[in-house]
Amino acid sequence: MNTTTKVEIRSVRKSFGDKLVLDDVSLQVGEHEVVCLIGASGSGKSTLLRCINLLEFIDDGQILLDDGHGSLVDISEPGLDPDPVRRRIGMVFQSYNLFPHMSVLRNITLGPTKVRKAERSVADASALELLDRFGLADKAGAYPDQLSGGQQQRVAIVRALAMQPELMLLDEVTAALDPVLVGEVLNVIRDMRGQGMTMILATHEMGFAREISDLVCFLKDGVILEAAPPAKLFTAPDRPETAEFLQRVIASGRL
Amino acid sequence: MTNNDEGAGIVSAPSRVPGPSTRREQWLRRQRRKAIIIAVVSTVVTFGGLAWLITSSSGWPKVKTIFFNGERFKEDFPEILGYLWVDVKLFLQTAPFILMWGLVIALCRNTRNPVLFPLRAFAAVYTDFFRGVPIILTIYLVGFGIPKLGLLEGDFHFLGFGGNWTSPYLWGPIALVLAYSAYVAEVFRSGIEGVHESQRAGARSLGLSHSQTMRHVVLPQAARRVVPPLMNDLLSLQKDVALLSVLGIIEVFRRATSIKDLTGNFTPLVAAAVIFLALTIPETRLVDWYTNRQRRRTGGSQIV
Repeated sequence: MNTTTKVEIRSVRKSFGDKLVLDDVSLQVGEHEVVCLIGASGSGKSTLLRCINLLEFIDDGQILLDDGHGSLVDISEPGLDPDPVRRRIGMVFQSYNLFPHMSVLRNITLGPTKVRKAERSVADASALELLDRFGLADKAGAYPDQLSGGQQQRVAIVRALAMQPELMLLDEVTAALDPVLVGEVLNVIRDMRGQGMTMILATHEMGFAREISDLVCFLKDGVILEAAPPAKLFTAPDRPETAEFLQRVIASGRL
Repeated sequence: MTNNDEGAGIVSAPSRVPGPSTRREQWLRRQRRKAIIIAVVSTVVTFGGLAWLITSSSGWPKVKTIFFNGERFKEDFPEILGYLWVDVKLFLQTAPFILMWGLVIALCRNTRNPVLFPLRAFAAVYTDFFRGVPIILTIYLVGFGIPKLGLLEGDFHFLGFGGNWTSPYLWGPIALVLAYSAYVAEVFRSGIEGVHESQRAGARSLGLSHSQTMRHVVLPQAARRVVPPLMNDLLSLQKDVALLSVLGIIEVFRRATSIKDLTGNFTPLVAAAVIFLALTIPETRLVDWYTNRQRRRTGGSQIV
């Protein structure tokens, strides 16, 4: 594929205390590409996403982000203000992390009005437009706890999208959902892909990973053991660990 | 009587469309009636017994004339009631400063920036000190000690209180603010820390700064959590303003004691107690009502 690189991770190392969570992780994601991170819980998927969004400081290595003019800038540079970087990266969490004291609309417009200093009316209008696009137009005035899990997660995605991010990080966004609600959230992600959003997803939905990604990375104990296009990784993985993981997933009926 | 007040052992019958009641419903109704009768009888026996015990004691006639003297009560009550406004005013003047200063102390303890370490250390020492010293001592030390320094002289005018810089009407309330803000700061701090880390992550991921996250996401949620404990602290404050009488401020308690000293009869103190109760019981009910409403509203939506 001949695309420009959006984000590049170079030899990133991260540990919590004595435990090494990410060990020499490298990954390159092109513009408009979708990359899925798969692997057992505790393999480092979430930590990698949190590191890219600078919610965690890395111990070693580099994280580079396209500056919008085709050159890569090290965003993991110690001492760099993380706020302008986070503004450009959207993140969606497993447990939604919506603000319970704000209406859906205020949840979505908080970032645009406070961080990008957009006019309230302009922010409201574009938030309503986004809500409408994802079938949530009638929920603008509702509070998060009045919504189903699937609706809350869609609102969380809209909240991240409202900042017009260049990159979206989705951290097991369907893992907390009732199985019947997973589909509506996956549809939103398909829609974002259709719009050309660059995305990195940590997911347990193997069928979806296979369908949506350009590249699938299998993580084990903080190492990317194998990275390959889904057609290859899911059918003829190189590493026996990958095959074993997929075998276990199939046995549990999730593929 | 609401459902919550019925106590253990009383089962409320399910409401249904009127019609011939089932055997189970009849049994439930009988149980319920029985429970009410038992509760009434036990209450009457307990309090009746206590009343009999007290009034039949050998010292009762004396206690009655000294503490529960009807004539003295009639004469002293209106006189003491006239000073109620002083207690209310002291409360109204200190409460806003306690809340503001308490929040400042709590925010100081929450700072992360190493440059602000002195603030964090100050806040920690401050809360330890004022929570550790009996309030009455703080009032003595501040109320009598600081004016003795002679640093400030002349008159001041501030929020309805005017007078000399050495006035107890200035240093008394300041002592209360110092002491109470330490408690209030701890309430605020626990409220701030009670907001789940994921809320901060959610806000920071949008690009909000630490202070924006604090202001728009953490503090509004903390505020809801801290209202019931804060209201309890303010309730104690309403009573503790009486402690300022040691500085010579004449209010309900002080006036009652001076009448007692004049007449040798303790009834004015009972009158003072009645006045404080009339003030605090409605406040207590308000706190309870608010706490219950809060619990109902946030019930089941605490997962973030």
